[in-house]
Amino acid sequence: MKLTKLAIAAATALATATPAMADLVFPSLDYRTGPYAPNGIPLADGYLDYFTLLNERDGGIGGVEVRVLPCETGYNTEKGVECYEATKGEGALVYQPYSTGITYQLIPKASADNIPIHSMGYGRTSAANGRVFEWVFNYPGTYWDAATILTKYVTELEGGSLAGKKIALVYHNSAYGKEPIRTLEKVAARDGFELITLPVDHPGQEQKGTWLQVRKEQPDYVFMWGWGVMNQVAIKEAASIRFPMDRFIGVWWSASENDTLPAGDAADGYKAITLHGVGDDYPLYADLKKYVYDRGLAAGAGDQHGRVLYNRGIVAAMLAAEAAKKAQEIHGVKEITAAQMRDGMESLDITEAVLATNGLPNFMPTFSVSCENHGVPGLGAIQQWDAGTQTWSLVTDFIEADREIVDPLIAEDAEAFAKENNIQPRDCN
Amino acid sequence: MFYREAGEFKTSYAADQATFPIRFDLWRFWLVVGVAFLVVPFFLNSYWEKAILLPFLIYGMAALGLNILTGYCGQVSLGTGGFMAVGAYASYKLMTGMPWMDMTLVILLSGFITAGVGILFGLPSLRIKGFYLAVATLAAQFFLVWLFNKWEWAYNYSPTGQITAPERTAFGIPVTGAETESWATYLFCLLFLFVFGWAATNLVRGRIGRSWMAIRDMDIAAEIIGVNPLMAKLSAFAISSFYIGMAGALYFAVWNGAAEPTESFAIDKSFDVLFMIILGGLGSIFGSLVGAAFIVLLPVFFKNVLVGALGWPTDIAEHMQIMIVGVLIIYFLIKEPEGLAAYWRLAKEKLRLWPFPH
Repeated sequence: MKLTKLAIAAATALATATPAMADLVFPSLDYRTGPYAPNGIPLADGYLDYFTLLNERDGGIGGVEVRVLPCETGYNTEKGVECYEATKGEGALVYQPYSTGITYQLIPKASADNIPIHSMGYGRTSAANGRVFEWVFNYPGTYWDAATILTKYVTELEGGSLAGKKIALVYHNSAYGKEPIRTLEKVAARDGFELITLPVDHPGQEQKGTWLQVRKEQPDYVFMWGWGVMNQVAIKEAASIRFPMDRFIGVWWSASENDTLPAGDAADGYKAITLHGVGDDYPLYADLKKYVYDRGLAAGAGDQHGRVLYNRGIVAAMLAAEAAKKAQEIHGVKEITAAQMRDGMESLDITEAVLATNGLPNFMPTFSVSCENHGVPGLGAIQQWDAGTQTWSLVTDFIEADREIVDPLIAEDAEAFAKENNIQPRDCN
Repeated sequence: MFYREAGEFKTSYAADQATFPIRFDLWRFWLVVGVAFLVVPFFLNSYWEKAILLPFLIYGMAALGLNILTGYCGQVSLGTGGFMAVGAYASYKLMTGMPWMDMTLVILLSGFITAGVGILFGLPSLRIKGFYLAVATLAAQFFLVWLFNKWEWAYNYSPTGQITAPERTAFGIPVTGAETESWATYLFCLLFLFVFGWAATNLVRGRIGRSWMAIRDMDIAAEIIGVNPLMAKLSAFAISSFYIGMAGALYFAVWNGAAEPTESFAIDKSFDVLFMIILGGLGSIFGSLVGAAFIVLLPVFFKNVLVGALGWPTDIAEHMQIMIVGVLIIYFLIKEPEGLAAYWRLAKEKLRLWPFPH
């Protein structure tokens, strides 16, 4: 009883201590512990380092200092909710939880609190429908986009038709992993291939049975929706059954060095989609080195620079910073609120010029967000792992998703959500 | 001095058998209840509600349920997570299928549905005991989670298998969904815990509770003196599952608002609740609540101290927090194997003699 009271007393003291509001607050609901840490650490480091750079180089965004509030979620939804409640009172501008499960929890809460969520390439796919999901954004791509990009790519490899082929989906048995199933089923029905779904339970360290099934079924391609330790185990298991690596393709969350390196040479030729460029050959890295790394301000252990997920953390931070700039522009104030941030996100326009000023020329496809569409542009390129040089390289251009399949599905799911929650879709004109 | 039987004269059997025979104890109890119901709601913000009080109340309810089965009736169960899932999915189906239904009724019905499932999985307990029964309930855990992954009807054919609670009201006040007031959800959960905590306290003091304890202590002897093991064991499974089902429904609908079977109701949930009752005290209503507080609140407490007050990096704080809580669990289990509730009992015994212990 005493401990309880003590805990409650301390928790309140800390929860109610609100500092002065002369900064832009970006909470970072990250995870540096647990089975998802190998992927969570580079993301969190990239996010933090980019904002450190803005503070050091430009004195923040539009002259207002940026404050990043890290909160450890461990990829766990209960802790995610705790983190959300702990940080929202500090003037949080946008939430990026890097977890589909936590995103699902936060969508109704954040919408009611008028705080935008940017689930960048994850979360609820139908949130791309801006009429229904006013406060949720998932640019630059959704899982359903990724699923159709994959089928488009393998159709091309097969010379234009997938009829009679067999594709296995190895997925994380959670909302995240289940997202692409319906889309793939639709494509399978249209293109005439057989889809086998193979779930892997959290955390994914045990996959012998799954890959035994792959060996038995002999699919032509294996797609993977994995995260955390599940990715590296899957690549190792695929190698151990001698599944051809260039026929094993992951989504953009199963696409980092931390997934392929543990498998060593066996991972050579593994493919994955990516949303953005790879490596550290961009002018931004010169600035990062000068203003962040050399000043000893790098986040974490500082060993993730230039890696895929580190770059993704940078993209997330850059898009948030650009939206904040846009919001400052629209509303003519420097210290924006979360609602103003949302307006900035909705009129976000990422052009080649914007990328170049950020030191990331040709880093990712350009796009502009609109009131109707929060999931633009829905493009992805295929990258391939070279175990010899330990680098990823792009093997295709950016491929467009199959809008014919994806758009009706988004409309259907968004409508169901609107009906379930009594939401009147917004008028976007 | 103030806490003693001497000088308190009972003139009826009812007074003699009261839950709190000592007047001071009774006042203290009503003071705590009064503060919880009448004072706390006015000083509640959403952090307190969502991160501290709701988890405590809901896990307290689950621990209470498991304590009935394991602590009082002696049947070890590792199926708590699965039964919570039954409660959660039952409430989801009721909320979406019958939108007019009051949430109070939804939670109660979810409890009843879980009780039915609990009886079903309690049947093996008539033949198998101890560790073997634990394995059978483990099967329930895995089967139920598998079922809610597979059975599309249970999650209304949503493409992700994720269930989301729509807005529903209790007595006209919204308690689920995003637009809830902190005091409303808090009082809603507190009311359930209070009413059913009260019920449990009296159940275990009565005929049925005594038959559970007889089965727990020695089932053959209990059978010889006329306790029907079938009734005793199955009623324990039913009532325990009823509590756990309500906890699962509250967990999903009121606290989290969304859930998926593999993450929210996995085996670690079963272990968490089992640890709560072992740590708090097997066969103690109060112990269930203390255990829940210990397991749920200490991590939040240490996180706030290490990250908030001391400014440690979040990952080191998280690892330290796990280690500190682990060490504390071991410490308390060594110092007091009967659980934290035993400290409370000891304190009360000492208070009776204070200030003249000799």
